[in-house]
Parts: sequence; structure tokens; C-alpha cells
Amino acid sequence: MSGKNNTDMRTPLAKVRGLGSAREGTGHFWRQRLTAIANIPLMLFFVGFLIALNGSGYAEVRAALANPFVALVLALVLISGLIHMRLGMQVIIEDYITSEGLKLATIALNTFFTVAVGVASIFALLKLAFGG
Amino acid sequence: MGDMHEDAEPGGAMSKSPATREFARRERPLSPHLTIYRPPITMTMSIIHRITGGALYFGTLLVAVWLMAAASSQATFDWVNWAFGTWLGRLILFGYTWALMHHMLGGVRHLVWDTGAGLEKHTASKIAWATLVGSVLLTLLIWIAGYMARGA
Repeated sequence: MSGKNNTDMRTPLAKVRGLGSAREGTGHFWRQRLTAIANIPLMLFFVGFLIALNGSGYAEVRAALANPFVALVLALVLISGLIHMRLGMQVIIEDYITSEGLKLATIALNTFFTVAVGVASIFALLKLAFGG
Repeated sequence: MGDMHEDAEPGGAMSKSPATREFARRERPLSPHLTIYRPPITMTMSIIHRITGGALYFGTLLVAVWLMAAASSQATFDWVNWAFGTWLGRLILFGYTWALMHHMLGGVRHLVWDTGAGLEKHTASKIAWATLVGSVLLTLLIWIAGYMARGA
């Protein structure tokens, strides 16, 4: 701000990039906000889709999920939602788990859970979209 | 050179002096803040925001199960559809809807706060109440619309 650092030519963003214990700077904060904003229209679409589909049987649900627009948007719902929830759970873990070993293990489990849910869901979507 | 300077400190930077340790061990009076404190609505909604986030995290399993069932056999899908339609299933899905709506409105509140707006004490309390009332209204609206779609 003042004094000795006046000669620093870097922008405030350049100074914080790569900071923090994980060397990721504001990456976590920013991705959390970015996915939060994306989630608003995506989740509203998902809820509206489920309302419209309420009471439908096997064939109707499969036909609706096989629609290319629905499949693409649902893939985005999953990806944005899963990234957001993984970041959120990481904060919860970092806040409450103080043991270093358990913290590392749960942070790894957090990623595994997210990837497992994502891979299973997106595989189901692709199978429906490409006629399984 | 910098490293050598840090090594010169006896015991490294993390060790505490005997005086510091003695201070940490001493029994000091604590303010009974948590036991007599009436939680402001912003605090309650902050806690609920975190709880609903955690619930939504595990709720994704329901979405994955539903999608996988739709991608598999009719018998599997019918079973999952039946399970979601039982009273317990509906109760969980109703709670899931509310958690999503509350977390979404709470998230919008946080995005507004990120801009620096709405942080004045009374404004913040009003927005906090609005997230609670809004989430209940949206949840009821979604379920009414759902039952109307079912009836049509």
C-alpha cells in the first residue's frame, strides 16, 4: 500500500495469485462463486423439469432424458453442482476436522465421492442420450 | 541467507516460550457468551445454510440413483419410483426441495453481500428472515405445481 512497497509493479491480483497453503490463491473462493451463480438457473431448470415429469412412467422419463437439450443442461447441472458441493464440503472439513491425517483422508474422500456421483450420473445420461 | 536466519532462532519459529505456555495453561474466566446469547437470525440462517449444503451433498445420491434407474430396466425404475413415492420418500424429497431452495436463497444473499451491499445490521436481519420465508414459500409452490402436473 505505502512506504517500501511503492516500487512493486505487480497488480493486487498478481500479488495474491498462488498464495495460500495450497498455493491456489483465490481459486477456491472464485470457483465457489462462479458455480453458485451458474447453479441458480441450472437448478431452477432441474426443478422445473422434475415438476413437468412428475407422475410420468419409465418410457416417458427415458424419452424426456434422451432429449439432447435436456441431456446437455442436466450434464451442466451435475458438473456445476458437484464442483460447488465439493468446494463447500472441503470448507466444512477444514473447519471442523483438526487432526491432520483425518483431514487429508476426508478431503480425499470428498473428491472420490464427488467423482463417483458425477461419473455414475453422467454415464446414465449418456446411455439414455445415445440409446441404451 | 534467509533460511540461515530462521534456523538461528532457538527451537524454530513454532515453539512457545515458557511464559507463553504458562499463560495458555492458566485458568481464565470466560464470558458465558454462547450459553446466554440469543442467536441473531443471521447466525441461525448461516448455520442452516451450512447444514442444508451438507444435506444437498448427500442428496446428490438420490439424483444419481434416479438417473441410473432410468438408464436401466423398467423393474429397477419402477422400484425407485415406488420408493420415492412412499410417505418417507416424499418427506425426504420435500426436505430436499426445501434445502435446495433455502441454500439457493442463502447463496443469493451471500452474493449480494460479496458486493458490499446489505451488510447493515437491520438490513442483514431482514434479508435473513426473507430467505427463511422465501424458501418455505418456494418449496410449497414447487410441490403444489408438482401435484398439479401429476393430476393433469
